[in-house]
Amino acid sequence: MQPLRDAALPRRNYLNAAYGVRSWLLTLDHKRIAILYLISITVFFALGGLFATLIRLELLTPQGDLVQQDTYNRLFTMHGVVMVFFFLIPAIPATLGNFFVPIMIGAKDLAFPRLNLASWYVYNLGGIFTLWSIVHGGVDTGWTFYTPLSTTFSNSYVVSAALGIFINGFSTIFTALNFIVTIHRMRAPGMGWFRLPLFIWAHYATSLIIVLGTPVIAVTLLMVAAERVFHLGIFDPALGGDPVLFQHLFWFYSHPAVYIMILPAMGVISELVAAFARKRIFGYRFVAYASIGLAVLGFLVWGHHLFVAGQSLYAATVFSVLSMLVAVPSAVKVFNWTATLFEGSISYETPMLYALGFIGLFTIGGLTGVMLATLGIDVHVHDTYFVVAHFHYIMVGGTIMGYLGGLHYWWPKIAGRLYPVFLSRLAALLVFVGFNLTFFPQFVLGYLGMPRRYWSYPDEYQVLNVLSSAGASILAVGYVIPLFYFMWSMRYGRVASANPWGAVGLEWETTSPPPTHNFAVPPVMTHGPYDYGVGYHGISEEPGKRPEDEEADVA
Amino acid sequence: MPDAAHAPAGAPAHPALAHHFDSLEQQREASTLGMWLFLVTEIMFFGGFFLAYLVYRTRYQEAFFAASHHLDITAGAINTVVLIGSSLTMALAVWASQVSRRKLIVVFLLATMVLGGVFLGIKAYEYGHKFEDHLVPGRDFRWEGPHARQVEIFYSLYFGMTGLHAVHMIVGIGVLAALLRPSWKGRYTAEYNTPVENVGLYWHFVDIVWIFLFPLLYLIGLHAR
Amino acid sequence: MPEQLPLFPDAASSLAREVDALFVTWSLIAAFFTLLIAVSIVYFMVRYRRQSEDEVGLAERAPVWLETVWSIVPLAICLVMFGWGARVFYKLYRPPADAVEYWAVGKQWMWKFQHPQGNREINSLHVPVGRAVRLTMTSEDVIHSFFVPEFRTKQDVLPGRYVSVWFRATKAGTYKLFCTEYCGTEHSHMIGRVVALAPQDYEQWLAGGAPGRSMAESGAALFQSLACDTCHREGAGGRVARAPALEGTFGNQVALAGGQVVIADENYLRESILQPAAKVVAGWNPIMPTYQGQVSEEQLNQLIAYLKTLGETTGEVEDDATAP
Repeated sequence: MQPLRDAALPRRNYLNAAYGVRSWLLTLDHKRIAILYLISITVFFALGGLFATLIRLELLTPQGDLVQQDTYNRLFTMHGVVMVFFFLIPAIPATLGNFFVPIMIGAKDLAFPRLNLASWYVYNLGGIFTLWSIVHGGVDTGWTFYTPLSTTFSNSYVVSAALGIFINGFSTIFTALNFIVTIHRMRAPGMGWFRLPLFIWAHYATSLIIVLGTPVIAVTLLMVAAERVFHLGIFDPALGGDPVLFQHLFWFYSHPAVYIMILPAMGVISELVAAFARKRIFGYRFVAYASIGLAVLGFLVWGHHLFVAGQSLYAATVFSVLSMLVAVPSAVKVFNWTATLFEGSISYETPMLYALGFIGLFTIGGLTGVMLATLGIDVHVHDTYFVVAHFHYIMVGGTIMGYLGGLHYWWPKIAGRLYPVFLSRLAALLVFVGFNLTFFPQFVLGYLGMPRRYWSYPDEYQVLNVLSSAGASILAVGYVIPLFYFMWSMRYGRVASANPWGAVGLEWETTSPPPTHNFAVPPVMTHGPYDYGVGYHGISEEPGKRPEDEEADVA
Repeated sequence: MPDAAHAPAGAPAHPALAHHFDSLEQQREASTLGMWLFLVTEIMFFGGFFLAYLVYRTRYQEAFFAASHHLDITAGAINTVVLIGSSLTMALAVWASQVSRRKLIVVFLLATMVLGGVFLGIKAYEYGHKFEDHLVPGRDFRWEGPHARQVEIFYSLYFGMTGLHAVHMIVGIGVLAALLRPSWKGRYTAEYNTPVENVGLYWHFVDIVWIFLFPLLYLIGLHAR
Repeated sequence: MPEQLPLFPDAASSLAREVDALFVTWSLIAAFFTLLIAVSIVYFMVRYRRQSEDEVGLAERAPVWLETVWSIVPLAICLVMFGWGARVFYKLYRPPADAVEYWAVGKQWMWKFQHPQGNREINSLHVPVGRAVRLTMTSEDVIHSFFVPEFRTKQDVLPGRYVSVWFRATKAGTYKLFCTEYCGTEHSHMIGRVVALAPQDYEQWLAGGAPGRSMAESGAALFQSLACDTCHREGAGGRVARAPALEGTFGNQVALAGGQVVIADENYLRESILQPAAKVVAGWNPIMPTYQGQVSEEQLNQLIAYLKTLGETTGEVEDDATAP
C-alpha cells in the first residue's frame, strides 16, 4: 500500500454529513444507499454461505447422514435462491454500482434518488418473504422451480418464496432503470460515450438485461404461484398445460441473469486491470461493445438449458450454434485484459490479485460453458456436477472475485480508510486456492456421472467429494477474513488519501470519502478514460486540476 | 429538499427542480426516459402472458374458440370505446397542462378517472357473470362439452391477463387522483408538467394493452361460430 | 483405474467413445487456452512489474487485425466443435431402424420397465449386449430424467407425453441408472441399474421371468376387455362402424375434423385414448369416452404396443380419412 501523505479525513463527507439512524434509513444519497445495500447483501451472502457449508458437510460421506434428505433438498434450494436472487444479482450493481456509477460519470446523484431508496426497501421486503419461507421450513423445489413439481407435488413454501423473488425483482428493476437514465442524461460535460469507464458500459449493458428480462421471470413466478393457489393448469400436464413452457419462460430470464451477474464483475475487472497496470485498457471500444454484445446474445441462447428436456432436435441445433457466438465477446474481453498487462506497470496490490484470479477462473468457466453448449457433450453432463462446477466458476470465480476485487479497490474511497495489506493478500490467495480445490474436482465428478442435487451418492465418488469439501472450508476462511478487517478498518484503519493507488478516473479526483454531492467543483471531462499519458501525476491526496490533455479518444 | 442552495447563481431555481439536476430540461428528459423504460418492463411483463396465450391458442385452437364464445362481446366493445375515450381525456389533460390551464387539467383528469371507473365497473359485471356460470378456473370450474381442460386454460389466461390489466387501471386511477391536488394548486404549467405527461404515457400504455386483449380474447374464431 | 478414485467413466455403449472423443478434444482445447492465458499473465506480471512509484504503462492502440483474429479464431473453433457435437447429438437421438422397443415409466421415486416380450421390472433393466434398445418413456407425476453414465446418454422423462432414448450396450456388465432431473424428496434414491447381458444369457433371463404374454398380446387383450373393439372395427356385416378401424393407423397421416393432418405417433394415440375429443378423425363423431384414470401408464403402453402392431399391417389410412 502507498505511504501516507496526509493523516486526516476530509472535514465534510457523506459519512459525517448527518448522524443517527433516521439519517441513514431515509437517506437519498446514493452512497449511503450503497452502504445500506452492502449490509443487507452481506447478511444474505452469509446465509447462503451457511447453506453451502451444510451442503458440503453432508456430502463428505456417501450416505446421507448429517441431515434428512428433505432438509438437504431445502438446503440446496435455499442456497440457490438466496445466492442468485439476493446476492449475485444485486451484489455489484447495488453496492459498487450504486456508489460509483454517478461519481464515475461526474453526476451528483442517480436520476431518481427516491426510487433508489425504495429499491433497498423493496429488496429487504422480498428478503423477508423469502426468509419467512425459510423459517417455516423452506422450499424444496430447487431454485429453478420446475413444474409440475413446484406447482402440484411440492409440500413446501413455494408461494412465499416465489413472491419474495417477485418482489425482489422490482428492486433490481428500479436500480437498472436508474442506471440507464443516469448514464444517458447526467454525464458531466465532456463525458462522451467513448470516454465512459468500462465499469459504466458494463452497468449499462447489465441494466438493459434487467429491464428486459426481469419482468418475464416476475410474471412466470406469478403464474406458478397462481397455479398453486387456484389449482390452474397453465404448466401442469395433468390439467392440459405444458411443463416445458415453464422451462422456456424461466430460462428466457435466467440465462440472461447469468450475464446480469457476470457483466458488472467484468466492468470491475476492466477498472482494476487498467489501474494496476497503469495503462489504458487494450482495445477499449472492443471491450465496451463486447458488453453490449453479451447483453444481446444473452437473450438468444436460453434453449441450451433444454437440450435433453424434450425440445426438438432442430431447436436444440439452433440454440447450440447461437450459444457458440457468446464465445466471441467473452474471448475478446479475456484477450484484451491480458494484452493490457503487456508493457504495463504492474503492481500486485490486493485488488489486482483478485482481478488476475478472475481472468483465469473466468477463462475456465467460459470454456467449459462452450463445452456445455456443444450438443453431444451436454447430453452426458447435463444436470451433473460438471454443470455445477461450470456455473460456480462463472458465478463464484467470476462474480464474487470481481465483487471482492472491486470492494478492495474502492474501499479507501468508500470508507476513507485502508485495510491491512498482508491479511488482505492472504485472504485473496485463500479464496483462489480454496475455490479451485472446491470446484475443480466437481468437473471430474460430473463427467463420471454424479448427478446434481443428490443427498447421497455411490461410494466411488467419495474421494473427490472430500477434496471438494476440504476446498470449501479454505474458501470459507478466505471469505470470513475480509469481513473482519473491513469492519476493523472502518474505525482503526489508516486514513486513505484521495488517490491511494495513483489511478485515473473521476472517483479518484474527489476526496476520500467523497462529499455528499460527490465533487466540490462539478467536474469537466477533458480526456479519455484510463489516460495515464501527459499530465498524469500519480498518487495524490488532493483532487488536483489536470493540465489540458490532448484529445485522446481511444482506439 | 434542501436544493435551492445548489441551484446556479443568478436566476432563482424552479421549485420543482431537484438538487442533482442542472436544469428543468435535464430533469424532464430523465423522467420521460425513465417512464419509457418502465413501460418497456411492463411490455415484457405482459409479454409472458401473451407468449403463454400464443402457445396454447395454437395448440388448442378449437377449445379457445369455444371458450371465447362465452365472453360478452358487447361489454368488451363498450369497454373498448370507454377506454379510447379516456385516452382522449387524458391527452386533453396533458394539453391543458402545457397551456397552463389549471382548472381544465382537473376537469380532464376527473373525466379520465370516471371513464376508468366505468371500465372497471363493466369488467366487474363481466367477472360476476363468469362466477355465476362457473367459468372461473379452479375447483369450481364447470364446462359442458369437449375440451374442458383446454377451456380452463383459456379462462386462466383470460383472468390472468384482464386481471393484471385491471390492476394497472386501478393503479392508474390512484396516480391520477394524486395529480388532482397539485393540478388545482397550479403546479403544472407550460414550464413544468412532467408528472402529467408521464402519467399520460402510462395511461395510454394501459389502453393499448386492452386494444390487444380485446380482439385476442373476445373476437377469436368468429367465423367458426 | 483405481476403484477408490475413478477419474473417467467406463464406456459401455456404441456411442460412448464418440462422446469421449468430443469431450477430450474440447478439454485439450480448453486446457491450451487456459494455459495460454495463465502463462501470459504470469510472464507479464514478472516482466512488467512496477519499478518505481510514478511509473506508468505504455498505452498502445489495439490494431483491428489483432482484435479480428482473436474474435474469428475462437468462433471458428467453436463452430467446428458445434458441427461435430451436433453430429454426435443426432446419433444419440435418432435410433437405428433395427432398434427394439422397450418401455419405461418414471414415478416418484422408481423406474418401471416393460420388455417387448412382456417381462416387467422395477429399478432395473436387463438388455442384451449388441442390440439397439429404444426406450419409450413417460412419467406418472413430475419430470424425471433417464441417465446411464456408461452409455453417455440422457433424456428427461415428461409427464403426459412420450419421449424416447436409445442405446446399444457393447459390454456385459451392470451400470448405474440415475434420475438426473430433481424430482422431490427421494430424488437421490431414484437410482437403479441397467444390466447388459450376453444375448444367450438375456434369453435365459427372459425365460426365467415367465411373463406369459408379450406387450402387444397384453394390449390386444386390453383392447377387448375395455371393449374398444365394439366401435373400432371394420363396418362388416351390414352394421355401420362407430369409429375408425385402427389397422394401418400408426405411423401414417390422419386427417382431422378441423382440416389439420397429423402423424399418428405414440403421443397422438396416447392423447386419443386419454382425451378423445382433442383430435377427432375427419368424418367421425366425437362419441368416444375418455379413458383417463381407467388405464395405468403401463396398460397404456401395452395398448399402444398393440396398436403399433396393427399399424404395421396395412396402409388403410386413406380409407379412414374418407370414411362416411
